[in-house]
Amino acid sequence: MCSEPRLIEVRKNVLKNNDVIARVLRERFRAAGVFVVSLVSSPGSGKTAFLEKTLTLLRSNYRVAALVGDLATENDALRLARSQAPVKQITTGTLCHLEAAMVQAALADWDLNHLDFLFIENVGNLVCPSSYDLGEDLRLVLLSVTEGEDKPLKYPTIFNSADVAIVTKIDLAAAVEFDWPAAYGNIQAVQPGMPVIRLSAKTDEGMKQYLEFLAARLAGRSVTAV
Amino acid sequence: MHELSIAMSIVELAEEEAERRGVQISAVHLKLGALSGVVKDALLASYEMACDDTSLKGSRLIVEEIPVVIFCPTCQTQRPLNSVQLFSCPQCGTPCSEVVHGRELEVVALEIQECAPNPV
Repeated sequence: MCSEPRLIEVRKNVLKNNDVIARVLRERFRAAGVFVVSLVSSPGSGKTAFLEKTLTLLRSNYRVAALVGDLATENDALRLARSQAPVKQITTGTLCHLEAAMVQAALADWDLNHLDFLFIENVGNLVCPSSYDLGEDLRLVLLSVTEGEDKPLKYPTIFNSADVAIVTKIDLAAAVEFDWPAAYGNIQAVQPGMPVIRLSAKTDEGMKQYLEFLAARLAGRSVTAV
Repeated sequence: MHELSIAMSIVELAEEEAERRGVQISAVHLKLGALSGVVKDALLASYEMACDDTSLKGSRLIVEEIPVVIFCPTCQTQRPLNSVQLFSCPQCGTPCSEVVHGRELEVVALEIQECAPNPV
């Protein structure tokens, strides 16, 4: 025997399990004093080249490491290993995004106290990663000049969920007639006030400004943590 | 396409509640924000699949879509956005980055039937 249907209030975040793990990770990162940066972008935006250059340049002054999410291959981890920083691959299989639990599992045997920066490269995808908090301090969204200026308008959710936009491959800007004012305007339209950094991992143009930005954020957090 | 894993999380959450309360669920009410990163139609299709082989089989997913609402610092009030491609106050044009609503991905209510155990 069943009663008449009635409504009961629940109010639960569907991704609460992910959010709980992300909170645990964030506390662990904070306690260890490591600044965590995640990268999201579409496939082919130059994430891995950008990260390889970031690790190589930062290594002279900071202790750095990276986690790389990839659907099937370990090519990215092998490329990043050339920077000589510790790198670990998270192979997601058919899953289109990283979740906090995968980051937690990948870091289970890592001593984070010996790190200043940890980078997490998400799977190349501008849709799915936006919903999942990984416990990071800073989320970078990459847009390469070859992708077109209207990417932010096509994927407003991910651009709105990120903290900083990085425009990559600017050494190719002239060749592809990249319209910088339009791209900048589109980024600002979906997230007013978002910092935007233009760079080329190939020629190093803009890399210095970006690394100074990261160093300032790390220093700023150390100050607030005291 | 991560709607299937989202649908599975919804079913898991609803099943937990059903078990805890000893009830049968006939519908799940969900708030879905325009900035949640989840597509309604794909979610509805996935929900049916996710319910298979669970106690929620045959239940409905009722989605309430939540538009993006921003806080305008000039007008000092909340306003719904006309488009997720332009985060500016629809009234005065001030760029607005403070999102008040639109990120929701939340089970708000369950439609239930209380079923007494069958007499032996």
